Amino acid sequence: MTQTDLLTLLPNILLVTWACILLLVDLFIPQRRKGMIALLAVFGLAVVMGIVLAQAGREMTAFNGMIVVDGFSVFLSVLFLATGILGIAIAYGYLKRMGIERGEYYTLMLFSISGMLLMAQAADLIVIFLGLELLSIPLYVLAAWARPRLESEEAGLKYFLLGAFATGFVVYGIAMTFGATGSTRLSEIVARVAGGEAVTTLLLIGAALLLVGFGFKVAAVPFHMWTPDVYQGAPTSVTGFMAVGAKAAGFAALLRIFVSAFPSLSVDLVPVLWGLAAVTMIGGNLIAIAQTDIKRMLAYSSIAHAGYILMAFVPYGNPKVAHDSVASALFYLVAYAITSFGAWAMVIALEKAEGKGLEINDYAGLGRKHPAMAAAMTVFMLSLTGIPPTLGLIGKLYLFRSVVEGGFIGLAIIGVLTSLISAYYYLRVVVVMYMRDGDPQVTSESWLNLTIGAAALATVVLSFVPAALFTLASDAVLKLF
Amino acid sequence: MLLEYAAIALFIIVATAIGFIAIGLGNFFGPRSSTEIKAMPYESGMDPIGPGTRRLPVRFYLIAVLFILFDIEVVFFLPWAIVFRQLGWFGLVEMFIFIIILLVGYFYAWKKGALEWE
Repeated sequence: MTQTDLLTLLPNILLVTWACILLLVDLFIPQRRKGMIALLAVFGLAVVMGIVLAQAGREMTAFNGMIVVDGFSVFLSVLFLATGILGIAIAYGYLKRMGIERGEYYTLMLFSISGMLLMAQAADLIVIFLGLELLSIPLYVLAAWARPRLESEEAGLKYFLLGAFATGFVVYGIAMTFGATGSTRLSEIVARVAGGEAVTTLLLIGAALLLVGFGFKVAAVPFHMWTPDVYQGAPTSVTGFMAVGAKAAGFAALLRIFVSAFPSLSVDLVPVLWGLAAVTMIGGNLIAIAQTDIKRMLAYSSIAHAGYILMAFVPYGNPKVAHDSVASALFYLVAYAITSFGAWAMVIALEKAEGKGLEINDYAGLGRKHPAMAAAMTVFMLSLTGIPPTLGLIGKLYLFRSVVEGGFIGLAIIGVLTSLISAYYYLRVVVVMYMRDGDPQVTSESWLNLTIGAAALATVVLSFVPAALFTLASDAVLKLF
Repeated sequence: MLLEYAAIALFIIVATAIGFIAIGLGNFFGPRSSTEIKAMPYESGMDPIGPGTRRLPVRFYLIAVLFILFDIEVVFFLPWAIVFRQLGWFGLVEMFIFIIILLVGYFYAWKKGALEWE
């Protein structure tokens, strides 16, 4: 271990150390002042984000190439840290209101985020596995946070069992890849494949197993069964964090692995990825129509969006469009993160104790009573559908463009058609808010309102200057190829 | 290459066959008499008390988790002790960091009352 190693890993080391310190500090803080831990956790995340940004523009490898800091990792690290800060912002008042505030909540979030950072920086399958576990295990606990509420316990157990099952696939995939190439280092794998030393069949099995494992994590159909139950049962602040953070981390690992280690397999994998993306878009959007619970609806919507992002994988083997398609995947991740966080924050604002206030019908009359809130929710719904002037539309445009340029027009058509279908259930929320009378009770908390306002503003404003964000994403993936 | 494994395959087959034959012969030739006492669950000669699937206090679970915490510590300690001289200061510092992380968890569990039986 050298000094460079430590400097490269500094964000992770700091984050984990800070989490350990907060774990101990929490023991001496009286119950009614637990909010202090939240503030300290946000402070830690902000400091780490500063360090990550200071690392930007530099190319560093550490621990014999197991960890790499490049544009891709910096871009995603900033996304994960921002996710963490927003995740704490929406949880701050919510936990207190639901009577489930405990200091460990924020500590667990920090641990989970450090796992996400590790996944973005990993250049070795073993490190990816390590990051995946570090990310998942705190989330299992967080999903069951509202104990002893049965739904929450069920969510935690379900997430744990299926998550562990999925991890098994990932490990098996890693083992197969190692068997095929004799290395778990991504760069080594490419070199061995290029040198003709790899056993192609084994490598293909390994890649397929990795795809299945991460398919579980990002909730792609047909590996999505856990999603609605877990998203519905977990406390809403956890769901928001999970829907954005865990999904983005899963895609980060998938992008890194497939783009930098398995470009040679693209011929065989493209039909699989094509089918996976198509089925995920169709399945997620169709089932979402039938939902009356807003959390379940957003869960299926998150499945559908995993499908859209999976579209970016389909042309990954085509060197001409691969760069743009990966960049548009990153762009879409950011767009989805902002929009989805806003939507989940809205759900929190309307949620009552004992899981009340979660029906779509509970949003009736919001347009009249709380016009600002209703306007923000409308922005989120439009963005999730992909209607201008929102970030969601721009994200979809970039995705569809790279897919069409890659020559998969059929897939792009499916994407557009499923977006049209999705308009039905997203706009239904808008219709209920404005056209029906009701008496919605909104909890007003400063941090929550700030998150909603910032997310709505970002969704609209960024859609007018998408090129800037896309250039960032595009620069971030330059070194991947 | 596969032929090298033939001996192992043969070994597995013979071992399985011997097992089946031994039990089968005993079953076939041996006399059978079942009494009530014989059908009882064995509890070192005592009369069994209560059902076999008793509920355990959840505290045992906590103890088990703490046990694993220190069990893993030993797993890391032994190889470290063997190469202690080669690793030098680096190994010592690393091990201290490892112990501190473990102690954080231990201290947390302690303060949370995981060690109190009542």
